[in-house]
Amino acid sequence: MTTDLLTRRSLLATGGVILGAALVTAASGLVVPARAAGLAPTRSMRGGANNYLPGAPIVERIGSGGFRMTGTVRRAGDGAPLAGQRIQMWAHTTEGHERDKRSHGATLTDANGVFYMDMPQIVPAFGQPHGHLAYDSGDFETVFLRPVMSSAKDTALEAHFVLQPA
Amino acid sequence: MPTATRRARAVLIWAALAAALLVPLAAAAASPLLQWRQPVYIAAGFAGIIAMALLLLQPLLAGGYLPGLAGPRGRRIHRWTGGLLVAVVIVHVAGLWITSPPDVIDALLFRSPTPFSVWGVIAMWAVFAAAVLAIFRRRLRPRVWRPAHTALAVAIVTGSVVHALLIEGTMETLSKAGLCALVVAATVKVAADLKVWAARGPRRGT
Repeated sequence: MTTDLLTRRSLLATGGVILGAALVTAASGLVVPARAAGLAPTRSMRGGANNYLPGAPIVERIGSGGFRMTGTVRRAGDGAPLAGQRIQMWAHTTEGHERDKRSHGATLTDANGVFYMDMPQIVPAFGQPHGHLAYDSGDFETVFLRPVMSSAKDTALEAHFVLQPA
Repeated sequence: MPTATRRARAVLIWAALAAALLVPLAAAAASPLLQWRQPVYIAAGFAGIIAMALLLLQPLLAGGYLPGLAGPRGRRIHRWTGGLLVAVVIVHVAGLWITSPPDVIDALLFRSPTPFSVWGVIAMWAVFAAAVLAIFRRRLRPRVWRPAHTALAVAIVTGSVVHALLIEGTMETLSKAGLCALVVAATVKVAADLKVWAARGPRRGT
């Protein structure tokens, strides 16, 4: 009676299977080349338009600041950064409710399609610490984003737009 | 059981229950987030916590576990507590509506982005359904009433507990988890003790 867990036959069989699997994997890698997928447009998020007030003024900062809202704006398809795009944002912060006018502000993207807003600390409201951002200037399709902070203690939040020409 | 032991036991049970109901409220009242919230939003949040506390009371009353409130007395209070539960759920939803109508409309239409909303709305409708069913209880056969009421109670407890656990900012985390665990435990115990799945007539004395 043999008690060997690993016989020569099973070793060969196992090796064959591993080799076969490796070959299949390698071959599939050759058959399916890396695809250069275009940048898909951002979809508006459910609930993103909550308490939206159109035409928020462009401001240097909202309230007395202290919290960083940042992000980028790119064009769908080629991902080219879009400069001078107006992004509006609002949130429930230490200084006001989402509905309050003073909680709303807008800013423009720079040459690299990057926007930045100094705003009051976002605090959890309606169950989640979250912010709201909107693009609705008309050149591209309107997009509402509603990013959620991973922790209520975070002092920054990011949201990235990929806009589809209107 | 000797009278003194029974009395001590009653005092202990009531003290433990009072702590289970009041500690989550006190912990929520100590939240620093309250300073950035409007009174109506705070009231709505506390109505939700009170509703959860009532959900602990309900199975304890139905099962007759509370000293001095066994049998019909407990079940009569169970009915009144049920009515109170409907009232605080309405205050909860109305307060949230006043605070931010679009958030509540999204929740009620099941299109809210927050994962907890759907659980809360399901629990709310189950509370209302349980109340309507209770009004017509006498016209229902026990073999219809019992499983129907139990199913709604399970939906209320499941919905409310998941709703509360997924929410950040109203209750303190530990006291919330503790209250939710007690609500689930009490519900499971009363369902098991009353053998609610068994089709039979009105409960006979044990």
